[in-house]
Amino acid sequence: MNKELIQLIDISKSFDGQMVLDELNLSIHENEFVTLLGPSGCGKTTTLRILGGFTSPDTGRVVFDGQDITSIPPNKRQLNTVFQKYALFTHMTIAENIAFGLKIKKKTQSYIDDKIRYALKLVNLEGYENRMPDSLSGGQQQRIAIARAIVNEPKVLLLDEPLGALDLKLRQEMQYELIRMKNELGITFVYVTHDQEEALTMSDTIVVMNQGYIQQIGSPESIYNEPENAFVADFIGDSNIIPATMIRDELVEILGTRFACVDKGFGENKPVDAVIRPEDVMLVEPDAGSINGVVTHLIFKGVHYEMEVTANGYEWLVHSTTLFPVGKEVGIQVDPFNIQIMNKPESEDEEAVAIDI
Amino acid sequence: MISKKKWLSVPYLFWSGLFIIVPLGMVVYYGLTDRTGAFTLENITAIATAGHAKALRLSLLLSFVSTVVCFLLAYPLAMILAQVQVKRHNFIILIFILPMWMNFLLRTLAWQTLLEKNGVINHVLSFLHLPALKIINTPAAIILGMVYNFLPFMILPLYNALSKIDGNVINAAHDLGAGHIYTFFRIILPLSIPGIISGITMVFIPALTTFVISSLLGGGKLLLIGDVIDLEFTKTSNWHLGSGLSMVLMIFILINMVLSAIFDKDGEGSML
Amino acid sequence: MKNAAKKIYIALIVLFLYAPIGTLMVLSFNASKTRAKWGGFSIKWYIALFENEEILRALFNTLIIALISSLVATIIGTIACIAMTGMKRQAKSVLMGITNIPMLNADIVTGVSLMLLYISLGIRFGMGTILLSHITFNIPYVILSVMPRMKQLNPSTFEAALDLGSSHLNAFFKVVFPDLLPGILSGFLMAFTMSLDDFIITHFTKGVGVDTLSTKIYTEIKKGIKPEMYALSSLIFVTVLTLLVLINLSPDKSKKEKK
Repeated sequence: MNKELIQLIDISKSFDGQMVLDELNLSIHENEFVTLLGPSGCGKTTTLRILGGFTSPDTGRVVFDGQDITSIPPNKRQLNTVFQKYALFTHMTIAENIAFGLKIKKKTQSYIDDKIRYALKLVNLEGYENRMPDSLSGGQQQRIAIARAIVNEPKVLLLDEPLGALDLKLRQEMQYELIRMKNELGITFVYVTHDQEEALTMSDTIVVMNQGYIQQIGSPESIYNEPENAFVADFIGDSNIIPATMIRDELVEILGTRFACVDKGFGENKPVDAVIRPEDVMLVEPDAGSINGVVTHLIFKGVHYEMEVTANGYEWLVHSTTLFPVGKEVGIQVDPFNIQIMNKPESEDEEAVAIDI
Repeated sequence: MISKKKWLSVPYLFWSGLFIIVPLGMVVYYGLTDRTGAFTLENITAIATAGHAKALRLSLLLSFVSTVVCFLLAYPLAMILAQVQVKRHNFIILIFILPMWMNFLLRTLAWQTLLEKNGVINHVLSFLHLPALKIINTPAAIILGMVYNFLPFMILPLYNALSKIDGNVINAAHDLGAGHIYTFFRIILPLSIPGIISGITMVFIPALTTFVISSLLGGGKLLLIGDVIDLEFTKTSNWHLGSGLSMVLMIFILINMVLSAIFDKDGEGSML
Repeated sequence: MKNAAKKIYIALIVLFLYAPIGTLMVLSFNASKTRAKWGGFSIKWYIALFENEEILRALFNTLIIALISSLVATIIGTIACIAMTGMKRQAKSVLMGITNIPMLNADIVTGVSLMLLYISLGIRFGMGTILLSHITFNIPYVILSVMPRMKQLNPSTFEAALDLGSSHLNAFFKVVFPDLLPGILSGFLMAFTMSLDDFIITHFTKGVGVDTLSTKIYTEIKKGIKPEMYALSSLIFVTVLTLLVLINLSPDKSKKEKK
């Protein structure tokens, strides 16, 4: 792991008496692609704005490269931002937009011209120098916004839902573009999105947020495979979240049937939630699995079939490449390492949050 | 449906033709003829006679100063107001339109009471041990009356244009290293040009052509071009001369219309 | 500190705009007949007002002209907006250009041009000519208020209504009209206000013996304003203020209840 570049320490922020961030702590490393992921209103954008200097926290500190920058204005920070809806200067040409930051730094004209050419090449828009922002498509405007930010050679690029306004195909293209650009530039990206697929595709580290709290920090794989609570499990991908009882270490009772699992340390006879991803539910011949059930719904999804299987009073969501027709009796089997055990939410509040999503 | 829609434009086309275009044609007709109906340019060249030229010069000077004062007062105000939450938008517009519900002549007249030698303002000033204000019946009082009456028409378009600027555009300028002053001159000011042009038009034209404010606050001795035209129509009944002088005013109005057509294509600087 | 300065600045401008209004209200309670002297508190001008038939007639004229002219302007303006959505770009911009003429033109030029028109057409000056003139300068306010709403309108909703079996007229009143309503209302209010406050155009297009409050005040200025006028203006202003405060408070309440 590279050295720590940014630390957010005990950051709290409220607007109109409403708590948006509650004692948030987060470290971001050099050359890392960090994504703040969560539903709207979770505090991810506020966190980014505090990093950029557009919002000051009520309490807490922002440390950048060992230096406290909490009260430093945005124009003195070594970070640059790519804004939601681009925020290009519509009264300036593309070249003037990109040169904006460099002119303030009093760079020479030849340096600026070189930089403009380099940046436009990087974002695949060579030859657009004299166009006006309004004449560009959304995707192109977004690239210009990135070019405008990166010519200033920031150590960190902050991106606030930069692909939110683009259509699906373009969004997927831009995801690869962004990864390529990050590798080429070798700088830190802090990326805000509510799109879990975007987060899983691009990030080194995902920070899942909800209601002003960090729910889980980890690599895309660990967030997907080992969600720490029902919120994360539900927000990232589809999953079966089933009430269960932890009988003892490595043994869980789900819907009256005992399953072997790999989790330990939850105590004995403790109510928990079991998370099983739909692609981890294996359908077999009746009585060959742990529970028997009946297929109630079937949809063809291209890569796989999506089925609903009623078993022991629960509707199991199943992804499988093998077809089982509606009405067919099947057996359900789950490998021990595919069962993820989570503690039950402690307060009703948290429960409500989990269901709300 | 489309063909039906076309018919819907007939009432307005008829109305605007009869009550906007034809009347302007009448002004041109009267302006270019004498009482016998013969063609003449005399009504227009009459602007060059000493009295008329003096009135026009004074009007241009006073309306120019008023417009500048309005702009300087309104711009900071509009900037402050633009930062207020959007849901207050209607309330803000209301504050500046509400005074119009008190008759404009009475409001202007009230300034007489306020500005008089023994008026309210001088009482306040003497209470504060400040020198008395002696501007009633001077050009300065006319300027004050113009600024007072037309200030809302500067505030509203500026406020409208400024509140349309995306806050993130200003953030982006700061983010790229611009300080407050640089951001103002390179970003905020250029983006508010539609509002500026519209505000200038809405203040300059009424100020240039007003004829009541001068007689209320200027003591009746200072004639503006509007006063001259009013006299030609209502007192001496020389409609031809009045129309000719109106045509001279229309030149300034045309210049303004062209300017706003160039700088405010989408009507972004409109008042509402 | 910075915020305090901003608030003081707003307060100063608002004071500047409302100081004459305050002055007039104070004068309306002045027992003395001249503006120069404070003769003690009195409500006698309010009593005298209701006995002054000339002023009451002018008030009636003003209100009836404002009401009718803004209503007619609202109807013509709204229909024009609908018509413009079906027009080609060029035709539309020509029409919008014409709409802008009364807005950008000097009131005095509009006034004299209409006066010349009525003279040439031989129309007798009176309430009718004032009405026609007010409708003319009110239409642009309506169009400029409704047009932005029109642009935001989703054309599919109208088509959806047709698709669901609605007639054109029915679809318009059930689907399009409610969406336009805020713009229509603000256009109407704007037109009403402008009509009420107009002096210059009325001055040139009114007939002898017909007066609105503005022209009445103008003739009185030379002879000396009757203090009843201050009383009347204060009454109008306070009424409008109260109405607006009530209107502005009520939607806020409903929002809070929803939460």
